[in-house]
Amino acid sequence: MLDIKTPKTTEPKPRFFTIEDYEGQVPRWCSGCGDLPVLAAVQRLCRDEQLLPEMTVVVSGIGCSSRFPHYMKTYGFHGLHGRAFPVACGIRSRRPDLNIFVATGDGDCCAIGAGHWIHAIRYNMKMVVMLFDNNIYGLTKKQTSPTTAKHANTLTHPKGSFISPLNPIAVTLSISNVSFVAQTVDWNPPHLYQTLLAAHRHPGLAFVRILQRCPHFTAEVFEPCQRDPSLLLLMKHPNGISTDDTVNKIFKNQVEHDPTNLLEAQGLAVREDCHPIGLFYRNESAERYDDFSKSGIEMDRSEKIKAVEEELDRLQI
Amino acid sequence: MTSSSSLAADKIKPTKKKSATIEPQSVSNAIVEIVSDSGEGSQTAGQLFGIVSARMGNGTWTVELIPAEIEPPARSPAGASGNRIRFGTDVVTNMGDTADVVVAFNEQVLYSRIDKDAFREGTHIFIENKWGSVPQEAIRKAYATALADFQTRGYVVHEIAMEKECLRHVTDARRGKNIWVLGLLCALYDRDIGIASEEIERKLSRKGAKVVENNLTLLRAGYEWGLANLPFRYTVAVKPPDKPMVVMNGNQAVGLGAMAAGFEICSMYPITPATSASHYLASEFKKAGGFLHQAEDEIAAIGFAIGASYAGKTALTITSGPGLALKTEFIGLAVMSEIPLVIVDVQRGGPSTGLPTRVEQSDLLAALFASPGDSPKIILAPSTIDECFHFMITARRLAEMFRTPVIVLTDANLATGVQPFPRPRLSEKWLSPPLDMSPWDKNVDPYDWDPETGLSQRPVPGQKDGKYILTGLAHDEKSHVAYVSRINQYTHDMRSRKLATLQHSLNKPIVNGEPEGDVLVVGWGSTRGAIEEAVGRVRDDGEKVSSLHLRILSPLEPGLKEVLSEFKRVITVEINYSDNPDPGQPESNNRRYAQLAFCLRSHTFIDVECLSMVHGIPFSPGTIEAEIRRILKALSTV
Ligand SMILES: Cc1ncc(C[n+]2csc(CCOP(=O)(O)OP(=O)(O)O)c2C)c(N)n1
Ligand code: SF4
Ligand SMILES: [Mg+2]
Repeated sequence: MLDIKTPKTTEPKPRFFTIEDYEGQVPRWCSGCGDLPVLAAVQRLCRDEQLLPEMTVVVSGIGCSSRFPHYMKTYGFHGLHGRAFPVACGIRSRRPDLNIFVATGDGDCCAIGAGHWIHAIRYNMKMVVMLFDNNIYGLTKKQTSPTTAKHANTLTHPKGSFISPLNPIAVTLSISNVSFVAQTVDWNPPHLYQTLLAAHRHPGLAFVRILQRCPHFTAEVFEPCQRDPSLLLLMKHPNGISTDDTVNKIFKNQVEHDPTNLLEAQGLAVREDCHPIGLFYRNESAERYDDFSKSGIEMDRSEKIKAVEEELDRLQI
Repeated sequence: MTSSSSLAADKIKPTKKKSATIEPQSVSNAIVEIVSDSGEGSQTAGQLFGIVSARMGNGTWTVELIPAEIEPPARSPAGASGNRIRFGTDVVTNMGDTADVVVAFNEQVLYSRIDKDAFREGTHIFIENKWGSVPQEAIRKAYATALADFQTRGYVVHEIAMEKECLRHVTDARRGKNIWVLGLLCALYDRDIGIASEEIERKLSRKGAKVVENNLTLLRAGYEWGLANLPFRYTVAVKPPDKPMVVMNGNQAVGLGAMAAGFEICSMYPITPATSASHYLASEFKKAGGFLHQAEDEIAAIGFAIGASYAGKTALTITSGPGLALKTEFIGLAVMSEIPLVIVDVQRGGPSTGLPTRVEQSDLLAALFASPGDSPKIILAPSTIDECFHFMITARRLAEMFRTPVIVLTDANLATGVQPFPRPRLSEKWLSPPLDMSPWDKNVDPYDWDPETGLSQRPVPGQKDGKYILTGLAHDEKSHVAYVSRINQYTHDMRSRKLATLQHSLNKPIVNGEPEGDVLVVGWGSTRGAIEEAVGRVRDDGEKVSSLHLRILSPLEPGLKEVLSEFKRVITVEINYSDNPDPGQPESNNRRYAQLAFCLRSHTFIDVECLSMVHGIPFSPGTIEAEIRRILKALSTV
């Protein structure tokens, strides 16, 4: 006779995730590349927030920085150059349950993907956007990007770019319905982490420009800032990015800035004497396109059929 | 009213003589056009006339005549707007040859139709006569010249004081003249005026009781005037359908089909002639739980759709040729990373911006080949309004089953063609399956290709243990980037094998007519009705001519070589470009063939000929018939 055992009812084990649970393939970035500390910060954030790996999607375009998803152990979408935003918006459109991170480079976001960048900011669908700005096209080996400084020598402009660079923060702050704009640096882990955490908690699209070192091609751009923190300006506010003592001590050059003050934020964004870091602007009540795009996701099948039947009734002759 | 077949046109004045109603003469089918400046309502009247005929039980096919500009100048050929309605006792599948009757609100708009060879000797032209007595001399002259010209062309001109007649009932004749004309046509073709009244109420009820009442008055006035004054009348016998019928145009059918297929996202960027499908979804999709996203451009539109598909909600994007061009890189990504997706291309005239409102079938090769690298995908081509609806369900299913983009090629002719078809019997099985969030089997890779078929299942975000990083880079079963030659060759094989698998599952296509004979006419898409009508006409003369209409263009339907080999001559009929084979034109070695002909020649090694043109209009059955007869004659003299 068959010995049929009733299965023991077991409570599902509570899942707890460690950093390793978010570690994908071994990163292939150059040593000293600023993408590495960002990866570590995101993995830490996922761990601290205990994000379900299967409910997390990292979307990217093409570039060194866009390799990011491969190094995470979540779902990932490493798509086309410049097109991370539409893909991320499409994922978000019917999946309010997912955590979405976008990794994009200065070429990816501000050149080929610039149109999508503007519209994604305006759609304000919930996601964390990390702009890895190394002032250069890294993957294709040292061509001018929209953020390359005027006199920097590149392979496409050996005598320096003809015209001045584009300012991604100033541009983003001027887009209608913008809701979260911050800037941080890859070489200060606490500030980087706190900025990404604030971005993750923001109910809308959080745009974070990360000044990213590329020791391979643009060592001269951010190394001075790393050596001399007074070239950065720490924006501080009780509602801004929280900073601990180490951060406060390193960045002596500070300014009080209320992140609800858009005009002041725009003024700070265009300062040429320093790079402000911290939260430029936040508006938690900006309209969200995903509130509209998700309409009907709960609709059951019989209701759908009924709607089509009614339409057929109308078209029947 | 005066019939002016022999008199000088400018001398004709309408008479008010009332006569007894003429008994209608029975005809098996008829082609009527209503043409006016845009904004004068001839399209509304035309559509209503088509629906009235369909409801009575006639087969119908309605084509919109659309001006390319929003506010074209008045009284100009460029501004011609209206409808052609072909209706008959049997099913009507195409716009036919020349019109029997045309109602025109001014003489200039007729020249746009003359340019399209829309009329013949004996076509009756019912025209607004006020232009003969307006204060502007130039207009009076133009009117008189045109009328004289119409007579030289052999048209039978009937001048009618349309506006004056309307003014007996309403104060502004320019609004409502169209409905008076509808009444007139109802009298001319013995239409059921009760049904016409119902349709007017249905169409205008939103505008309020007063508007409905005015229009009903005009309808009756036109009808009664027609009964009293028309010198001839026709009737077209009806065969009331044995099942419930619905009527819509091809773009509506695509939209409604998308709803019946359970799509949740349609992402688009406006482009003629595809936009009306999106307009339709914008108003109806929500009721079936869907969302229409108007993106910032076509690239974003497909990117958004791909994002939704990746996240488990197979999406749809609708476009036309220029938009398809922009989408090619993303289509390649969908092929490479095996994302299900449906792309509808409502083809228009190309290249470049081309003829935005006009029909062409020129995107077949672009759909097949435009993406970089080898990018095999499924291509479907509906040939009727009915198929526009049903192919949406098939397309979504194939996309998911074969984990691939599916391109559905319709065209401007289907998009605006209105035809009744049996009411679809919906099924829950047509809807996309609900999102599966159950854990993924750890031992199954995200690209667990079956080496025989190339098929694999895909994990979707939310599925535990299914995590993978989708990439457009060459990748292995685990979706890990792989530059190894062997892997790249193998994964290409797997993607291509899916098409072979689909092809194996299809039946050999069925020939319309005898499976062997002298001439086989092959077509795809909207030309089917005209081709089958033309073939029918020559077969009625005892000729051995058949036709074959392909619905699946990639992979090609199986057994084509055998099918084609049974005929002495094979010719495709396509609305796209090919070099003219006449002497003085490129020698046959260098000749560029029409797009399906190109595919069939390389696929079968058979010397497939083509009849193709880029006139921006559908083929008439007469044009195809003439070509078939030419080939038959050449065959008989060999
Ligand atoms: C359509 C297309 N054009 C060009 C490229 C080549 N390409 C790849 S990455 C890249 C620029 C990358 O620069 P950036 O976005 O700044 O990223 P980084 O490598 O610096 O992180 C270019 C031009 C491509 N992959 N696709
Ligand atoms: S080239 Fe620059 S951006 Fe790219 S991996 Fe190396 S250091 Fe990083
Ligand atoms: Mg860069």
